[in-house]
This record gives sequence, structure tokens and C-alpha cells, in this order.
Amino acid sequence: MSGHSKSSPLPTYFLVFFSLLVGTGLTVFASTLDLGKYNAAVALTIASIKATLVALFFMHIKGASEKLTKLVVIAALFFLVLLLGLTMSDYATRLWS
Amino acid sequence: MSDSSTVAVHGDAHAEAHNPALLHHFAEPQQQRDAASLGMWVFLATEVMFFGGLFCAYLVYRLKYFGDFAAASKSINMPLGATNTAVLICSSLTVVLAVWAAQTARRTLLIGSLAMTMLLGLAFLGIKGIEYKDKFEEHHVPGASFSFDNVEIPGHPGEYANPRHAQMFFSLYFVMTGLHALHMIVGLGIFLWLLVMAWKGRFTPEYNTPVEIGGLYWHFVDIVWIYLFPLLYLIDRHP
Repeated sequence: MSGHSKSSPLPTYFLVFFSLLVGTGLTVFASTLDLGKYNAAVALTIASIKATLVALFFMHIKGASEKLTKLVVIAALFFLVLLLGLTMSDYATRLWS
Repeated sequence: MSDSSTVAVHGDAHAEAHNPALLHHFAEPQQQRDAASLGMWVFLATEVMFFGGLFCAYLVYRLKYFGDFAAASKSINMPLGATNTAVLICSSLTVVLAVWAAQTARRTLLIGSLAMTMLLGLAFLGIKGIEYKDKFEEHHVPGASFSFDNVEIPGHPGEYANPRHAQMFFSLYFVMTGLHALHMIVGLGIFLWLLVMAWKGRFTPEYNTPVEIGGLYWHFVDIVWIYLFPLLYLIDRHP
């Protein structure tokens, strides 16, 4: 897929690799801070940035020639949001429990 | 096999005629590659749903029993989990190096990267094994001998975690990390096969789809861990 570009992808790969390691260090550090409610938000934000980096650059979503691939990824994320979102909208509005 | 008919249909396409890896129902290598890649992505979409159900169960119980989950999370060996995260990130790097090596006909790098990926995968499982052993010794495995008494809830001195709620955390911990470990074992099998094929010289710049889609699977398993690590190990760590 990205193998068609002439320039070497290696600098990008190593940059992503180091970003992922820094992100791991950052998430461990952030967990030692008392951010109250925001601890989970910070941890999930860092995890999502790391996951996006892996998907875009290591799994070659960026530069994928096939639009169907992107459609499948978006569909998977959409149904995941549906699963989590609808479940939580139920539990979050159960005033009686 | 069908080389002669391929030549007849695509008389001017030399690459196809000389490419034994191109199956007869595909018009060109690019189409074959895209089909294989799309198939793997669809499988990964089903995996997102598979793990998604567990993440959903986790989310519901974590919000319900937050303090108990925080106490139980604190009992897991966090440095081991962080090390495992780094190990998996390194293995993802060796996987992209393997794909690049296959695309650019670097045999030594390809074999080395595949072998290194397997070593890192085994290291991950070994570290996971140490973690599980600790949990067994501490009686934190859900079941008849489970015990989680007199463990304070972080940030609430004098309040103790409910062992039944903590047991729910450990059930999710073992199912989620166990299922992830099972995916790692399957991944090791795939990479062993890739290693054998690479050793036999089956992968060329024209044909390296197995390395690429095997790599997609490995990266996906890495992404699952990227979420499991903060959710299971880092719930409420601050002093």
C-alpha cells in the first residue's frame, strides 16, 4: 500500500515508535496525579492517541488505496460507540438504582 | 496451473504471467492484495465488537463499584504491566520493519524482524505469567479460595473494599487479559508460519500480503493492550 511511495517510511515508523513509548510513560505519570474525575479522561485520551497512531501509520490506514478499508474501520468504530453509548445512556439515567 | 489462460486473457500483462502468486480469480496483484487486506479488516471489525462487549461490561461495573475497582486495580503489579506495554510497542515496530523488509526484498531483516517479534511476544506472555502467578498466590483469582479482605479503598482511609465487588474486577481482569493473551498465542502461531515462509524465500516485493495482513492482526492486538493497560492497571494510583 504505502510501499509504492519512493521515500523510505522508516523515519515515520521510528517517530511513531518513540511517540508510543513517550505516551506510555505519560499515561503512567498522569495516573500518579490526583486529577479527580479527569484521571480516566486523560488516560483514555492518551490511549486513543496511541491507538490512532498505530492504526494510521503502522496499519497503513493513512495512504490506504482502498476506500472500503476506511469504511470498515469507521463502521467498526461507529458500532462500538453505539454499543458503549446506548448502554451507558441507560445506566446513567437509572435514577432508581 | 492456469498460467497459460492468464496469458491468454491478459496477453500484454507480463507481471501477471510471471507471477505464480497471483490466483486466477484476481485480475492483478493489487486487487488480490486489497481483497486480502479488506478481509483482515472486516475480521478486525468483528474483533472490535468481541472485545467491545467486555469493555462495555467493564465500564458498567467500574462506574458502579469505582472504589472497589480502584482498590483491586492497585493490587496488580503496575510496573510489569507498563513493561509489557513497552514490549508490545517494540514488537509493533519489528512488525512494520518486517513488512517493509518484505516489500524491499531485505531477507535478513525480514527473518530477523519476524523472529524478534516472536521473542517479544513470548516475553510478553512470560511477564503475564509472572503476574498471574502473583494473583494466584494472593488468592485474587475469582473462585472458592478468593480473598480480598481488609483492603482499603484508595483515598478513603478506614473504608474497605467489598470483596464481592473486587472479585468482579478480577473476573474482568482475567477474562480480558486472558482473551488478549490467547490472541497473542494465535499471533505467535501466525508469525511462526510467516517465519517459515520467509525462510523458504516465499516473500518478494511482488508478493508479501501474508506479512502485511499478519502484521495488521498483531497491531490490532497491540491496540487492545493499549486500552487494557490504563483501564486495568491505572484506575486510581495517585497517593
